[in-house]
Amino acid sequence: MSLLKDLTKGIYRENPVFRLVLGMCPFLAVTTSVENALGMGAAATFVLICSNFLVSLFRNIIPSKVRIPCYIVIIATFVTLVDMVMNAYLPDLHRSLGIFIPLIVVNCIILGRAEGFANRHPVLNSIADAVGMGIGFTLAMVILASFRELLGNGTLLNINVLGSAYQNQPLLIAILAPGAFILLSFILGFFNILEKRKGGRQ
Amino acid sequence: MNPTVLLSALLATPDSGSQGFDLGKMMAIIIASIFVNNFVLARFLGICPFLGVSKELDSAIGMGAAVIFVMALATLGSWAAYHLLLVPMGLTYLSTIAFILIIASLVQLVEMILQKFSPALYSALGIFLPLITTNCAILGVAVLNIDEKYTLGYSLVNAIAAGIGFTLALILMAGLRQRLELADVPPAMKGKPVAFLVAGIMSIAFLGFAGLGG
Repeated sequence: MSLLKDLTKGIYRENPVFRLVLGMCPFLAVTTSVENALGMGAAATFVLICSNFLVSLFRNIIPSKVRIPCYIVIIATFVTLVDMVMNAYLPDLHRSLGIFIPLIVVNCIILGRAEGFANRHPVLNSIADAVGMGIGFTLAMVILASFRELLGNGTLLNINVLGSAYQNQPLLIAILAPGAFILLSFILGFFNILEKRKGGRQ
Repeated sequence: MNPTVLLSALLATPDSGSQGFDLGKMMAIIIASIFVNNFVLARFLGICPFLGVSKELDSAIGMGAAVIFVMALATLGSWAAYHLLLVPMGLTYLSTIAFILIIASLVQLVEMILQKFSPALYSALGIFLPLITTNCAILGVAVLNIDEKYTLGYSLVNAIAAGIGFTLALILMAGLRQRLELADVPPAMKGKPVAFLVAGIMSIAFLGFAGLGG
């Protein structure tokens, strides 16, 4: 039962982006299209699962004084792996994610889960936690990316949704840097209202 | 290693040909890194400290100074490691791991040195230093310098300019947030949401620099 709880808490109740406001840099930068968001989500989830697994496995061996450098090396190893695999099999995605692939190393979500969860919990729970957090992160990116791609380009997953008349004059700012900040602020505000409603009902 | 070999390796361009000192290119890099491709508002690097440390003007200035300092040092270290160690040995695929280790140990070293020799500076910058290891702007500038194939000189200029751009955004944000404290913000938008909204408006202003220089 607690396994399921560890899995689901990352999706809404402790969503890393909307509730904990972590991992903002890749979140804002790669959400220009749903495709990029899914690619980044998959890469980050893979790294998260592997690092949580290893950190949890070695939690009694790693001396607590040097634990942070150890976590960073574990994470960086898997990020390098993802970098190379993506470069070989998905070169287009690799190019559009660019610098943000090596930067998964310093994504606060991954180090945060290693330090805050995996080093105190058994292997299975840590994997469940990583899967949940990864899904939560991906879901959050897909939500913002859908808004940005739809408003800024009139498409969703490269399929024309709003018609060519809209595409001639889209709301370009949504896909530029300011659009990410502004849309995210409205989404966070919306979640605040949602939370308040829920609190009022209880 | 022979010191003259080391020196010529440091001054030569990594790609090919000997490129002299080009003031025009240097100015273009500086303007691009501070304004056009501002690290926070256009490239989305270093958002966490940008939101976390921008509540007061004093701490924003301290964080900015620490970031400029560490960025320059990290660029020096990562550039040397990449071109003198990883490239000759054919280990460039290890660059991410190498850079993050260099940055983490540099930050630790700077912290220890400051604590020993300059307690005044340490008390001003000290609390920000541990946060810097996971600041993606530092690793970002190291990776960008390698991607752009800058020489050591250009890399350093780029790093310092990027640090100044980060500090500029941080200080502007701190000033705005101090005013926001007194503003009448709708309850749902209080805190983080309104901070992002302000960042978005600042980012629109920085879009105006596009077309300048680089």
